[in-house]
Amino acid sequence: MDHLDQLEAQSVFILREAYRKLKPLAMLWSLGKDSNVMVWLAKKAFLGRVPFPVMHVDTGKKFPEMYQFRDDYTKKWNLDLLLGDCPPVEEMDPSLPPAARSAARKTAGLAAMIEKHKLQGVIAGIRRDEQGTRAKERVFSPRGASHKWDIRNQPPEFWDQYATPHEEGMHIRVHPLLSWREIDIWRYIEREGIPLVDLYFAKNGKRYRSLGDADITSPVESNAATLAEVIAELETTKTSERSGRAMDHESEDAFERLRVAGYL
Amino acid sequence: MSDTISSSQDAATPIVIVGHVDHGKSTLIGRLLHDTDNLQDGKVAQIIESSKKRGLKIEWSFLLDSLQIERDQGVTVDSTRIPFKLGSREYVIVDAPGHRQFLRNMITGAADAEAAVLVVDAVEGAREQTRRHAMLLHLIGIRHVIVLLNKVDLLEFDQAKIEAVEVSVNELLGKLELEAAYFVPASARDGDNIASRSDRMPWYKGPTLTEALARVPTPASRSELALRLPVQDVYRFGDKRYVAGRIERGRVRVGDTVVIGTQKTPARIASIEGWHTAPHVSASAGQSVAVTLEPDVIPDRGDLLHHVDTPPTQASRVRTRLFWLRQEPLRVGESFRLRLATAEHAVTVTSIESVVNLDDLTMYPGTEVPPEGFAEITLAAAENIQFDAFAPGTPDGRGVLVDLQQRIVGGAPLIGPAEIAVGDKAIHPSASTVTTQDRQRVKGHKGSVFWLTGLSGAGKSTLARAAENALFAAGVDVSVLDGDTLRAGLCRDLGFTEAERTENVRRAAEVARILRDSGQVVLVALISPLRSDRELARQIIGEGFEEVFVDADLGTCEQRDPKGLYAAARAGKISGFTGIDAPYEAPQAPALRVATGNGSVEKAVSQLVSFVDGSVRSGGSARVRS
Repeated sequence: MDHLDQLEAQSVFILREAYRKLKPLAMLWSLGKDSNVMVWLAKKAFLGRVPFPVMHVDTGKKFPEMYQFRDDYTKKWNLDLLLGDCPPVEEMDPSLPPAARSAARKTAGLAAMIEKHKLQGVIAGIRRDEQGTRAKERVFSPRGASHKWDIRNQPPEFWDQYATPHEEGMHIRVHPLLSWREIDIWRYIEREGIPLVDLYFAKNGKRYRSLGDADITSPVESNAATLAEVIAELETTKTSERSGRAMDHESEDAFERLRVAGYL
Repeated sequence: MSDTISSSQDAATPIVIVGHVDHGKSTLIGRLLHDTDNLQDGKVAQIIESSKKRGLKIEWSFLLDSLQIERDQGVTVDSTRIPFKLGSREYVIVDAPGHRQFLRNMITGAADAEAAVLVVDAVEGAREQTRRHAMLLHLIGIRHVIVLLNKVDLLEFDQAKIEAVEVSVNELLGKLELEAAYFVPASARDGDNIASRSDRMPWYKGPTLTEALARVPTPASRSELALRLPVQDVYRFGDKRYVAGRIERGRVRVGDTVVIGTQKTPARIASIEGWHTAPHVSASAGQSVAVTLEPDVIPDRGDLLHHVDTPPTQASRVRTRLFWLRQEPLRVGESFRLRLATAEHAVTVTSIESVVNLDDLTMYPGTEVPPEGFAEITLAAAENIQFDAFAPGTPDGRGVLVDLQQRIVGGAPLIGPAEIAVGDKAIHPSASTVTTQDRQRVKGHKGSVFWLTGLSGAGKSTLARAAENALFAAGVDVSVLDGDTLRAGLCRDLGFTEAERTENVRRAAEVARILRDSGQVVLVALISPLRSDRELARQIIGEGFEEVFVDADLGTCEQRDPKGLYAAARAGKISGFTGIDAPYEAPQAPALRVATGNGSVEKAVSQLVSFVDGSVRSGGSARVRS
């Protein structure tokens, strides 16, 4: 087994644990590269099916290409799609910096969907290598009734034994991609031929490395217009994947505050 | 983190960094990443700025302690993983916190590491956390340990002084069957012997830390071991049934005959299925597979698939080297779920063999495992557990204890089956040649134990004696074990402390088990106020244990007070009396609840009699317990 085989096998194991232990269960589908890999892994785990709904928490501010992709692949992949709205930015914590405040809408939209569908498990595509606070996550990360992430009181997690909900109103965030690195995602996309929004590929010297809301996401300088070129670029780059995501950089702890409150 | 670059196509080697608080773990990692050019552009400037803001010169540990609370308090709260590259080899560094209350975070980080770097302050030497972490490395099965003797600048790089520390640390590791691969004298802050050879210790000829890391062996393949495929789930999609699971070790091929679970059901692997992949004829350790079976049997989650000639060990009582993660002590009689790969068993702690003294790593006989302590204990299940004894570098015997709220409370590497009679290895219980079926045929009913629990004065003994009469008249071979009778003889050496009450329950359960094995129906009438005690009884008795809740409220019982005990308790003449100054934990899902608060005794008796009669004569258990 090579490294990608190992990552795939581990993610399949995690998805099967989630499907067995958490009901009802749903997967977040943000339409980005990582969540497409996640849908693909679910199809691997369940023999070509995704046996639970996928959720798109829609800020209404995604790129038009992303909406097109969503509509196309909901059909092609035969997905049970749940859509959720986000409240207006005026209702968010005014002490957050502007972009983080905008990003917080997604947290509120997600919370509403978890309530509405009484979800016990939410599968999300975060990775440890994206951001320092995500590096501290668990594969099964319990959230209390307020959806808050209790960093100081995370359960032990070892030997592939994961936390399960033990209280009313709790849910578990399941992170099947936690051990994947950005380059693993790209190599797997290349190996498996997983479709992507073409915003990831360079046009006029710029491409998107990470996709968020159109107004708070900026492209990076790049001439990588194909999968092979993107992979070659990542093999040598020293800038971070989320450098184009404004909410990460407004203040030292902006992203951590978002995550504690329930952001992904 | 995005702070590093990575490119290799190989799996990264996980390395855990452990050691006592303030011995310099985070500083070491910051320095290591910097000196090996694994830091992102601008990160050093960012660290310098963060350090300045807090009035420090340059604090390498800020690199890892990326959580705000950690920066402000200067401690690492949770373990972090950082990808890191040396030449063409990839590593993941796991930084584990040194504070003892964060033990569970260390375990989380360290459990899947290939090797460990144990950081020891050369001036302070091994401290409590050094010993605790070394103990954990031993228990979770990490055998490749690099000892980094840090801050040797404070010993003026003196060879004799440094080697004296080495000797004492070596002695500590020896007690744990750990052998250091290398001792590296270093100064993490200044970079001596981290990525480059220190010119301040010309006497040192061993490897630098990076050279030592490059020599960490890659994991051995588990594909050549005997097959273990624990069933994770069973799916029915379309007209096919799939058995899903991850191969923990060994290899499985289409056409193999496998044996499933303790039932030992044989089946043939008809196919190994997949999606968007070439068809498989075989699969090996590490792969998550879905197989179809011929015949189409339906295994349970947790059942092991193995080849017929290489079965796992099977036992209902198992010995484990526990690392206990709760903040409260652990005592005999407590019940848990033992998770072992995908299997889950209800278990009770039946004995604590020895407890580790963390001051000198000696073992002493103890009656409880202290908070976050280490001990060898015995766990008993009602059914057989299939397992392989824990072995470093394999997934074997990786038991984990979860409490009734499904929280992980300890690691329990299984080291082997336990003797039936704990404490006396010379005892070998003889087995009867009269079978259960023989007894059942002669008596016309099966042996069973009905465990009547309830407050003092609820009417347990009254009920049991009346039911005994009626059942005997109906031809049932029945007897009663009641609390006062037991305490008058068998248990007259016991008082009423919690431990003594547990022992009282244990003896009653053992006697009941012997009577049940002889084919009798036993009615036990015992307050047995604690759920954990009744669970202990259930474990001892096993099949045919039925819990009966004799339910009358405290007010009614106190009013009845047939033995004057409530009055005595209220007057302070006796203490630890159930319902007054000791708790009564009502059963959550009794097989039968008999209300004795009001209404007729006859009705309660006939309810119990018909329940007992129905369950012992039906051949099966009266009803399925949830």
